Amino acid sequence: MKWIGVALIAASLLLPPFFAGDFYINLASQILIAAIFALSLNLLVGFGGMTSLGHASYLGVAAYVCALLTSRYGFGHGAAAIISIAGTTAMAALFGVVALRATGLGFLMITLALSQVLWGLAYRMSNVTNGDNGVAGLTRPMPFGIPLDSATSFYWFALIVATFAFLMMMIFVLSSFGSSLQGVRDQPRRMAALGFNPWMIRWITFIYAGFWAGVSGLLYVYYNKFIHPTSLSITSSAEALLGVIAGGSGTLGGPVVGAALVLLLKNYASAYIERWNMLLGLVFLFIVLVMPTGIVPGFGRLLTGIRGEPR
Amino acid sequence: MTPQTPDYALQIVNLNKAFGGLSVTQNVSLAMRPGERRLIIGPNGAGKTTLFNQISGDMRPSSGQVKLFGTDVTYLAPYQRAHFGLSRTYQIITLFSGDTLEHNITLGLLGLRPARWQMWRPLSSYGSFATEARRTLDAVGLLHLAAHPVSDIAYGEKRRVELAMALAQKPRVLLLDEPLAGLSNTERSTVKSLIAAIPRQTTVIMIEHDMDTALDLAETVTLLNYGRVIVDGDRDAVIADPRTREVYLGV
Repeated sequence: MKWIGVALIAASLLLPPFFAGDFYINLASQILIAAIFALSLNLLVGFGGMTSLGHASYLGVAAYVCALLTSRYGFGHGAAAIISIAGTTAMAALFGVVALRATGLGFLMITLALSQVLWGLAYRMSNVTNGDNGVAGLTRPMPFGIPLDSATSFYWFALIVATFAFLMMMIFVLSSFGSSLQGVRDQPRRMAALGFNPWMIRWITFIYAGFWAGVSGLLYVYYNKFIHPTSLSITSSAEALLGVIAGGSGTLGGPVVGAALVLLLKNYASAYIERWNMLLGLVFLFIVLVMPTGIVPGFGRLLTGIRGEPR
Repeated sequence: MTPQTPDYALQIVNLNKAFGGLSVTQNVSLAMRPGERRLIIGPNGAGKTTLFNQISGDMRPSSGQVKLFGTDVTYLAPYQRAHFGLSRTYQIITLFSGDTLEHNITLGLLGLRPARWQMWRPLSSYGSFATEARRTLDAVGLLHLAAHPVSDIAYGEKRRVELAMALAQKPRVLLLDEPLAGLSNTERSTVKSLIAAIPRQTTVIMIEHDMDTALDLAETVTLLNYGRVIVDGDRDAVIADPRTREVYLGV
């Protein structure tokens, strides 16, 4: 049963480039990028109990840094990628120190405030960021001399990065550190009494999540060849958070499913309905009412129910 | 660790804690020898749990000192005190209800080991943790439930998991906050014998209302009222003291 599932997922990831059109392949690439982003947010929200409404900061900053370095300052793609990821991770370390002074709602508000500051800067510092016009005319890198300009080649590139990211985050969650993190989420006081340092565990997770959000930001800017302040906006953070919650926070598959759902709705519904945000809202309302823990745990429960296994 | 054995496992010096105008701990000084069994009694609101919270570091005292084996730990965080060999249980059951009993105990083991920072190896690959966790569960008679989530087991069994989680850490000082609360008579005697079996390397300090059971376990007793130490000393002397009768026994 488990292997059938794995085979189905592998097939759905590996086959599209061979028969699907460019539109669908590009959509799949976008889903992969959004999935990395949602997975990294899920480390905070689902496994760490730290609900952040400012995660787009890391995606946006990594994207902006890479865009500016390559287009304005003449950096090569390799150097730009390393600097932007390292910078984003360092920023996460700094923001973590500020945001982790609080937990719960306080934490959420601080992350939101910090990301709004960055969003404002991207808009207002137009001499650097080009403001509302965004940074256009970017190029994609050529890893090992392979051009990524076609939809198919970019899809393969995104798939490799996304698979690696997924595995790395899976290892992180299943490790003993991952258990420490989930313990701190559930019973912080007890964990401290047992000898765990809750603050340090949260901070390390915050940095790690920032790192992977930075990676997704890099892919994001490669894909779009354009970057605009909206990618730093609260909408961008909130969409990822919705995806995580709808797919199932605290599960590994949930954020992937959630990210796919958000992007599919965005792309399809917006073609037919002008107010597609309303439809998105209705769909999430439905999910929250029917499967309060998210799609992945919800279907999991449905399957065990059908097979008549004890829960 | 220290070259000479310190005289006291736990020492509390002139401890004070006030919430605004309300003094919940007033000039409390106590000293427990290594291996001692101490019972802390007092009516509701006497400041017993508040005292525990200050010993464990969950609450910072307004003034005074807490010393573990001669080291001043007053300004150390709870997790740092755990590494000094301090362990505690809670009056209100504080377990990881979605996880199995084995995982709960494993977290207790993990807390004091460097492996808690390990980000590569799956927790499930640590055979030694599983073995030790199961041995601890066996010691409290819950091995048959090892694979069940805590949410599935009965209240009395949860009390024993609370105890097992602390015992797994092999603490040098163990704080038990009402370990018998809400238990039936049979469960009481089970937990009582578990506490009696704690090795002498561990200093045990216990808050308990059930005097019939708890007095048997204690060597020394401290009576608190309104945040003050009223009587403190050997068990029999404290029981015989007229102030104890007045405050606690209500005679």
